[in-house]
Amino acid sequence: MDKRKDAGSWNRHKIQAVWALLTNSYLIGFAQGRIYKGSLKNLCLPGLSCYSCPGAVGSCPIGAMQAVIGSWNFKFPFYVAGFLLFAGALMGRFVCGYLCPFGLFQDLLHKIPFPKKIKTFPADALLRKLKYVILAVFVVLLPMVVVDILGQGAPYFCKLICPAGTLEGGLPLVLLNESMRSAIGWLYVWKNALLLLTIVASVLIYRPFCKYICPLGAVYSAFNSVAVFRYQLDQEACIGCGACAASCEMQVDLIKHINSPECIRCGACKRACPVGAIHFRQAGKSRQSNTTGL
Amino acid sequence: MKRQLQSSKAGILLALAGLLMAGVGMHRGEMSTVFEKAVKICMECIGIG
Ligand code: SF4
Ligand code: SF4
Repeated sequence: MDKRKDAGSWNRHKIQAVWALLTNSYLIGFAQGRIYKGSLKNLCLPGLSCYSCPGAVGSCPIGAMQAVIGSWNFKFPFYVAGFLLFAGALMGRFVCGYLCPFGLFQDLLHKIPFPKKIKTFPADALLRKLKYVILAVFVVLLPMVVVDILGQGAPYFCKLICPAGTLEGGLPLVLLNESMRSAIGWLYVWKNALLLLTIVASVLIYRPFCKYICPLGAVYSAFNSVAVFRYQLDQEACIGCGACAASCEMQVDLIKHINSPECIRCGACKRACPVGAIHFRQAGKSRQSNTTGL
Repeated sequence: MKRQLQSSKAGILLALAGLLMAGVGMHRGEMSTVFEKAVKICMECIGIG
């Protein structure tokens, strides 16, 4: 079973890696310390992927959302919110499992052996709500309310929190540009400290950033139970052995909540189920008639 | 079964609503705000600004 679990997770990591490479394929940017400026940057990517990464060929939806909310002429981000509604309604947190480079980064870090990995702890459930607070406060409220004399708000999530920006943009650009190296200050130190904390925590806990911090994960989580691609449990086939819940690194109890907002659709539970009771369902189709889709 | 079809419909309708909203945003010119932000190095993102 463990071999099957490993093979399945590495297959997923291959897809994640191909996606991360495709969406960060401006390799010359890494060589020259600059970013891509072509028209693809008009488009948002579904995952958390910093647009100041030298390789990035698309835009981060969370950065883009703050840019529009914080601009003087627009306040409601129809374009980005519409994109997130579209991606979320189709896939929910499947994006987290397959299409987010920072999710892959945490997945790989968690493979580093450590004597005692932490599955859960007393404040775990409460901390999972933090990502919704971060979405409301740092992505929406602060860029909308704390503005300069021109009426422009800063992207506070990017500025004060996002470790993906530090990893994908901050580290390579500062390493490659002398002028930037001379400009670093307390904010750079703070953001690197947060990145370091995320790295250490990711070795110990599975995807701590996704569980507790990520505002994009918070958005997609709202769609898990209505998304076109979601899970269903064949209740007649299920023998209640609990193998699915035991295999879940996001600590989802599938029998109680097959489309939990915490599920990132990694597929570990599907592979663990000895009777194949968990399926992906598609719009209007059901493989079994007696199933629970919600 | 009926409930499943209904909730799939909800997903499809929401996706269509998303496309419509994105279209409204594009029509208002929001895409150029996104583009302008994305083609300049974002000092806040990298921890300098
Ligand atoms: S929760 Fe955020 S960082 Fe994690 S995989 Fe989803 S979008 Fe990426
Ligand atoms: S419920 Fe299944 S697919 Fe979702 S995160 Fe847990 S193991 Fe992965």
